[in-house]
Amino acid sequence: DIADVGHKYHLELELEDILNKDSNVNCTAEVLYHLGNKALPPDVQFTIDGELKNTDEADNVFYNRIKSREKELVAENIPDSHGNMSPEMEPIHLLAWAASGYVIWQNSTENTNFQLAQIKRVKQVKRSDEYLEFDYLVLLHEMVSQEIIPWQMTVLWHPQHGVQVTQNSLQPKHSLE
Amino acid sequence: DQVLHVVPDTYQQVQHLQHLCSTLLLDLWKPLLPEDIWAGEDVHIRVPAPLVQEAKDSLDQHMISYKVLIPDVQELVEQSMPNERSSNRQTPEGYVYTQYHAMEEIYQWMTEIQKSNSELVTRHYLGKTAENRSMYYLQISQPSDKTKKIIWMDCGIHAREWISPAFCQWFVKEILQNYKSDPRIKRFLENLDLYVLPVLNIDGYIYSWEKERLWRKNRSPHMNGTCYGTDLNRNFNSSWGSVGVSYNCSSEIFCGSGPESEPETRAVAQFIERKKSDILCYLTIHSYGQYILTPYGSTTNPPSNSKELMDVGEKAAAALMEKYGTSYQVGSTSLILYSNSGSSRDWAHTIGIPFSYTFELRDKGTHGFVLPPAQIQPTCEETM
Repeated sequence: DIADVGHKYHLELELEDILNKDSNVNCTAEVLYHLGNKALPPDVQFTIDGELKNTDEADNVFYNRIKSREKELVAENIPDSHGNMSPEMEPIHLLAWAASGYVIWQNSTENTNFQLAQIKRVKQVKRSDEYLEFDYLVLLHEMVSQEIIPWQMTVLWHPQHGVQVTQNSLQPKHSLE
Repeated sequence: DQVLHVVPDTYQQVQHLQHLCSTLLLDLWKPLLPEDIWAGEDVHIRVPAPLVQEAKDSLDQHMISYKVLIPDVQELVEQSMPNERSSNRQTPEGYVYTQYHAMEEIYQWMTEIQKSNSELVTRHYLGKTAENRSMYYLQISQPSDKTKKIIWMDCGIHAREWISPAFCQWFVKEILQNYKSDPRIKRFLENLDLYVLPVLNIDGYIYSWEKERLWRKNRSPHMNGTCYGTDLNRNFNSSWGSVGVSYNCSSEIFCGSGPESEPETRAVAQFIERKKSDILCYLTIHSYGQYILTPYGSTTNPPSNSKELMDVGEKAAAALMEKYGTSYQVGSTSLILYSNSGSSRDWAHTIGIPFSYTFELRDKGTHGFVLPPAQIQPTCEETM
């Protein structure tokens, strides 16, 4: 508890690689939630003990697959109601997951716990440069209120330059249909 | 039965393999005949279950290395013929427990299950839902002259938690398939009756199939039909409306217009109230989060039998973890999750049911409510 500033948490965690079950990495982090109703996102400092796995090969396969498409990619409900997702959609889902991590961070307080529930819609946006751009409508689940919150995100990605969320906005509940 | 993959290196090893096949009468899959076994070439042998250890010992003794190509031949056979599973005697023909089922199918399943297991299972009417659908529970009870204590389990109080009704169905199937052969289940049923409500929030469940996958509440109309749904797990009469709720219908945790305002809540509450002196344990199944939650949600004051509740809960979590390494956290809702009032589990405990638990099944958020069907079996097996 830091008077007049906020609450700071010291965390020791293990990062699990969903795609490579044996490569877990230790991580320490400090999270500072600010006092007051400024709705400032929490400050996060972290150090990773070791290295994250190199994903160049998979990144390039995905990148080339999308680049070589004739028409822009469009999809809905990933995963579907039963939890199924086609292999082609996996990287699209992973990208949404990474991007929603940013949105969740920017909107978290000590009383929220967000998870990505589902991608409602994704549309690839045509670009003239080397980047891939996707416009997502995702559903975030907030554990304490149990609410399902639709959120729009514009995501830029490139194998060498990583993920960027260039635009994001809360959507009204009825935008689901 | 297992199928072993062997590559003999020397002529001596080839001879030994040929000898083994003929003395144990093993089933050579590759090559066709023992005389076609050559050093350096693949050999595939099916070994009947009772001979597996002997065959492996013999190979070890002769320093012949092998790999298990198929660990369970029967399993493979059953997988390739889904409608002819040998285990469908007790359960409806071809009912697939590793898939999610719509309400109509679950209704049919309940009827079928009772028909094919009538010595043990009876289906009972519990009440009506907000949209006037009938609620039924299954009673699994071994005929006996002594009155038995009851374990109650309900699933699907929240519509979007599909893994929950899937678990109730799995549970019933497991009990019925194994009560004769499994001594633990046999002993349970000698002393306890099991009451299972596979879907509590039927209207909500149907709505999540047909209209909105992530719907949570029931479907009772409010404000002249401009807003729908009460959170049934905030609607029970335990510190109703005090904490962790909303009084606004548009919220997912709307507690309703009063305690037990919803027909589904009343149907369950009235039944449990009537039977409470015989009910030993109240279980309510949810997802997700991987928790075993004890009372209370509305206060951090521990219940009177808190130590016992935790002990049993921790034993359960340990047993669960043994199966696939899945870890569950055990504790009171208000301490490890969030505050809430009006939950069915809290209410069950306050009226005197000693063991009252909420199970939050897999996972921890990776898939959340939309758990893929491939995880139905492991989730149910470990929870069992």
